Amino acid sequence: MSESPMPTKVGPDPTVHSGPTLGGGAALPRAGRGLERLFRWFSTGAGVLVLVVIVAIAAFLITQAIPALRANQANFFTSTKWLPNDVAHPRFGIAALAYGTVLSAAIALVIAVPVALGIALFLSHYAPRRIATGLGFVIDLLAAVPSVIFGLWGRDYLSGPVTDLSGWLHRYLGFIPLFGSGGPYGNSILLGSIVLAIMVLPITTALCRDVFVQTPKANEEAALALGATRWEMIRTAVLPYGRPGIVAAVMLGLGRALGETIALAMTLGATFGVSIDLIQVGGNSIAANIANGFGEANATGRGALIASGLLLFAITLIVNVAARAIIFRRREFVGGQS
Amino acid sequence: MTTLSQNGSLLAGSLRRRRLPKALPPLLGVAALGVSAAGILGTGAGGWVLTVVVAAVLFVLATLIVSGAVEGGRRARDRVATIAVYGAFILALIPLGSVVATLLAKGTGRIDAEFFYHSMNNITALDSGGGAYHAIIGTLQQVGIAAVLAIPLGLAAAVYIVEYGRGRLTTVIRFFVDVMTGIPSIVAGLFVLAFWVLIVTPVFNHGRPGYSGFAAALALTVLMLPTIVRSAEEMLRLVPQALREGSYALGVPKWKTIMRVVLPTAAPGIVTGVMLSIARAAGETAPVLLVAGGTPAINFNPFSGNQESLSYFVYEQAGAASQFAPGRAWTAALTLIAIVAILTIAAKLLARRSTIGR
Amino acid sequence: MNMAKRVEAVDVTAYYGSFKAIDSITMTIEPKSVTALIGPSGCGKSTFLRSINRMHEVTPGAKVQGKLMIDAEDIYDPRVDVTAVRRAIGMVFQRPNPFPTMSIYDNVVAGLRLNGVRKKSTLDDAAESSLRAAHLWGEVSDRLKRPGGGLSGGQQQRLCIARAIAVEPQVLLMDEPCSALDPISTLAIEDLIGELKDRYTVVIVTHNMQQAARVSDRTAFFSIESTGDPGRLVEFDDTTKIFQNPGEKKTEDYITGRFG
Repeated sequence: MSESPMPTKVGPDPTVHSGPTLGGGAALPRAGRGLERLFRWFSTGAGVLVLVVIVAIAAFLITQAIPALRANQANFFTSTKWLPNDVAHPRFGIAALAYGTVLSAAIALVIAVPVALGIALFLSHYAPRRIATGLGFVIDLLAAVPSVIFGLWGRDYLSGPVTDLSGWLHRYLGFIPLFGSGGPYGNSILLGSIVLAIMVLPITTALCRDVFVQTPKANEEAALALGATRWEMIRTAVLPYGRPGIVAAVMLGLGRALGETIALAMTLGATFGVSIDLIQVGGNSIAANIANGFGEANATGRGALIASGLLLFAITLIVNVAARAIIFRRREFVGGQS
Repeated sequence: MTTLSQNGSLLAGSLRRRRLPKALPPLLGVAALGVSAAGILGTGAGGWVLTVVVAAVLFVLATLIVSGAVEGGRRARDRVATIAVYGAFILALIPLGSVVATLLAKGTGRIDAEFFYHSMNNITALDSGGGAYHAIIGTLQQVGIAAVLAIPLGLAAAVYIVEYGRGRLTTVIRFFVDVMTGIPSIVAGLFVLAFWVLIVTPVFNHGRPGYSGFAAALALTVLMLPTIVRSAEEMLRLVPQALREGSYALGVPKWKTIMRVVLPTAAPGIVTGVMLSIARAAGETAPVLLVAGGTPAINFNPFSGNQESLSYFVYEQAGAASQFAPGRAWTAALTLIAIVAILTIAAKLLARRSTIGR
Repeated sequence: MNMAKRVEAVDVTAYYGSFKAIDSITMTIEPKSVTALIGPSGCGKSTFLRSINRMHEVTPGAKVQGKLMIDAEDIYDPRVDVTAVRRAIGMVFQRPNPFPTMSIYDNVVAGLRLNGVRKKSTLDDAAESSLRAAHLWGEVSDRLKRPGGGLSGGQQQRLCIARAIAVEPQVLLMDEPCSALDPISTLAIEDLIGELKDRYTVVIVTHNMQQAARVSDRTAFFSIESTGDPGRLVEFDDTTKIFQNPGEKKTEDYITGRFG
């Protein structure tokens, strides 16, 4: 991505500022040239602001996290305790939270990715062209539902069916440690992950669909002309071509899942344990813990939450950078081909 | 060549294939559902969810066996793939339908004058009344301020990328705009907390952190900015180069060309992107929770004192220990989604009418 | 191994939505010959070609009416399996379109794999003989596992020909196979076409009349009255007759460059 120039085909005319050929700039009175410069500086500044904000996020989170980390009497990375508000012995560690974050995100992806691929294929290659746009809009609507509403729905409505499901899973599959708990059921990793899966679905679907739609017609026709069925055409032409894009889409979904706050704050059990069990009441995540714990946090507690947020920022940044790098490289690759 | 003709014989034959009658696959589906219902509902082994799941599995298996026997394995796999793809889409409709149904069932209970004209001030757990007036005020102010900040900055950044940008800096900025769309809202909230609430405001506030609606607006700005830049960038790129050149040829300076020609041409598409980002910002809860603090009382001043927002109100009421709280939470949720839906649908309709869109 | 088949079109009419692209084409294409379809842009020659292996209907809204017989079997009969038709009638496209993510080897055997051939030795043999038949073996035998996209345009097109003949089709359709290639690659493909007709029925659409004259035994001239009208078959005869003594005034005008 480093060497790739911008696709300047539709870009600016480079002669415009310097060019005496274009009378406008040169013949302009002083004030006009000043305005031109001001305009340019303002837009450049706005562009650079994006970079500044990302650096500033890291800088300020670090600044605010340091005092709490200094006061911490436990190992921040390995401890599963979260008692930063204990004035005499503040001790907190990220282990349980990070575990819950990764576990819930992973399960959410396991549920969401196959469905997202299916919907994306449905929209790109199965649904009649005329109604595909309209049906795509339905998925966009899903993306527009605020996370607090998914949280409310998950807690007030979905927890019922998920409790039934948990009991059923335990009864028939209880020998698997994931479903080992005999209860009580309710706010669990399973509930949180299902809600998370629904929230991750739209972005993953949208990106996969964009990738699938871009499959060159020529490759699809080549497969069909060899006598492939529709599914075989998808497997020979569409999926291999889209693989990097699918990976990127899944990673963006992962980034979304790792950072989701309110819905998980409302559907996880907010405990501080590390357990493989998905169905018992429990589970927590970095983001959910910040939302749940902020109200009663003292200065050290706030710092501890900010420290956990810093870690979350770092993880999501890495995931997003990796995903975007894949998409970026691909965009240039595709652009270079056509 | 001998092997080739072997292949030939392997593959050759009549072009005709036996096919399943058109009516058979739906019949298989109905049969699967019937068997499943009899086996599960009949014996009481599970509820309707399990019935549907088992029916789907039976349907797939039946298709594999019947189609495999009649039409061969390739056709059978194609049919199963089609079932799976359609099934995935239908599966996605279930949560959407359920959310909408639950919202309508539970959210209409508190649609009354008190809800929209009163706050939660002096409402105890035993009071049935109370409303979200203060929260609606907060949402409108916070999102409004965020829009006022994010729109010019976002447009300017997009103008920089498309009209002025060249070389590595632009590539880096473009890249990080994309990365920034993935920043979790809680991190944006923590950033404003760490920077504005805990460091900047105490200077003017006798050393005490200043939670405010404006701080929430700042966090929402961070979240809206990349979305606006990306959509505006895409729209600016769609503006034909000839339009710019035509303007330059008349001696119009570049900045005027951008303001008078380029931006107005791209305006419908840009408005769509802006409205979608506003809709998303209106639904954000985490930043408000961290930096606006929330309050049961009406606060018209976004620059001073705690403020509520609709999404935070939903969160608060959902966790409140009062039998009347869930009703308020659901009605607030319905109000919130109405705002978001109106913005989203309007944006989509506008996008469809856009002259230079796809 | 006489696999080449006769293609008989009877009143073939093709539509894109409500637009009629070709109208009542009736012609018989003999086995083991090269038939060229020529005519001005938009005359429907590619559409007709794509109706021979039912690729026309891949475009949304497109449909075909009439009968298209391959050795007396109508491929538009509802009982016929489209995938079997396309397997039996190979196609080479205007632009080389090897699968970009597959190696040269995987590209050639893609059709066989789709049809369930799994045995390595069978695939290896088929890959080699197809690549030899496409005059590509010598150039790629040492790098079969490299991506097909790394080849030159002409090599890619021969790879696509190898891919098409690996499944032993009965008819081979070529849609302006040289239009994206340089003259040397074009010559290589033309030579190849001359050899392919020993085993296949070859139908080739071309814009280039010299090419039609060089490679084909029979030539069909398609034309339209004016834009928006459907394409019609004007004349179909031996190539020498079409180019030296055309029966129709329109054909003569086109051949001599006075029209089109």
